Amino acid sequence: MKGNYDKAFENVVRLRVMSILMVNEQYDFNSFKEILEVTDGNLASHLRYLENQDYVAVEKTFVGRKPQTNYSATASGKKAFQDHLDFLEQLIKENKN
Amino acid sequence: MKKPEQELAEIKSMMERSTRFLSLSGLSGVLAGIYALIGGGFAWYWLYFPQSQWGDSSQLLSSSSLLPRLLLLAISVLLLAIGSALLLSKRKSKQKAQVFWNSASKRFMQALFIPVLVGGLFTFALIHESAFQLIPANLLIFYGLGLFAASNFTLGEIQKLGFFQLILGIMSAFFPDYGLWFWISGFGILHVIYGALMYQKYDR
Repeated sequence: MKGNYDKAFENVVRLRVMSILMVNEQYDFNSFKEILEVTDGNLASHLRYLENQDYVAVEKTFVGRKPQTNYSATASGKKAFQDHLDFLEQLIKENKN
Repeated sequence: MKKPEQELAEIKSMMERSTRFLSLSGLSGVLAGIYALIGGGFAWYWLYFPQSQWGDSSQLLSSSSLLPRLLLLAISVLLLAIGSALLLSKRKSKQKAQVFWNSASKRFMQALFIPVLVGGLFTFALIHESAFQLIPANLLIFYGLGLFAASNFTLGEIQKLGFFQLILGIMSAFFPDYGLWFWISGFGILHVIYGALMYQKYDR
């Protein structure tokens, strides 16, 4: 069967984070927090999970004097997400038959 | 595990919300059109009334005190339109519990306003060179280009609006005598139609 169901994307916050990073080159912590409406701690732990999987890369910079944490999807993260998408599509196709 | 259809829908909606500015208010398009129609009415009255001729107005313009008045009128119409769009879109994003000022809206504004700003500066150059007859064409074309670029970052329908503005702009360049009418059609009538359609589709 094509694709692979990835446990990393079982959680809805991680799924959403990865969806956003597929279409945005970079996304910062506070923007994630606003769009996903989750708490700091919750978001941070999910982002760390993805980071440990080597699915996202972290870059800390300063905007003026404020620190900003930017996230981007790594090549392996993009591939894993694409596989996950393929799996879902395959599943839908099979259900139709 | 959730149903795969649901999960795909979730992914799609996140991708759209994070890249597209979805709070653009349809009503603000209608208002912008109405301001333009009123402004266009004033301009017509000052330029052509009571002769009501179609003809060339640039002769009139370069020799009279009309120019500053028209400029002021145009800038007021522009500011009113931008002001209403900001206010109504802010309200809409509040209603939908979305953040107004995010990376998507910033990209949208950048795509729209860089062509529009350049067009504005170019208009001053045209005034400086007394090439008044090309001003409506210039405004329509740069605005159309801005809409076209911005359509990547908002609801796709705006691309069609941009397309029609570009057509009117090019036509206006070839028939400069009818410039004011092209301007009124583009900024007035098209905005009202587009805004009403968008309001029907998304805002109710």
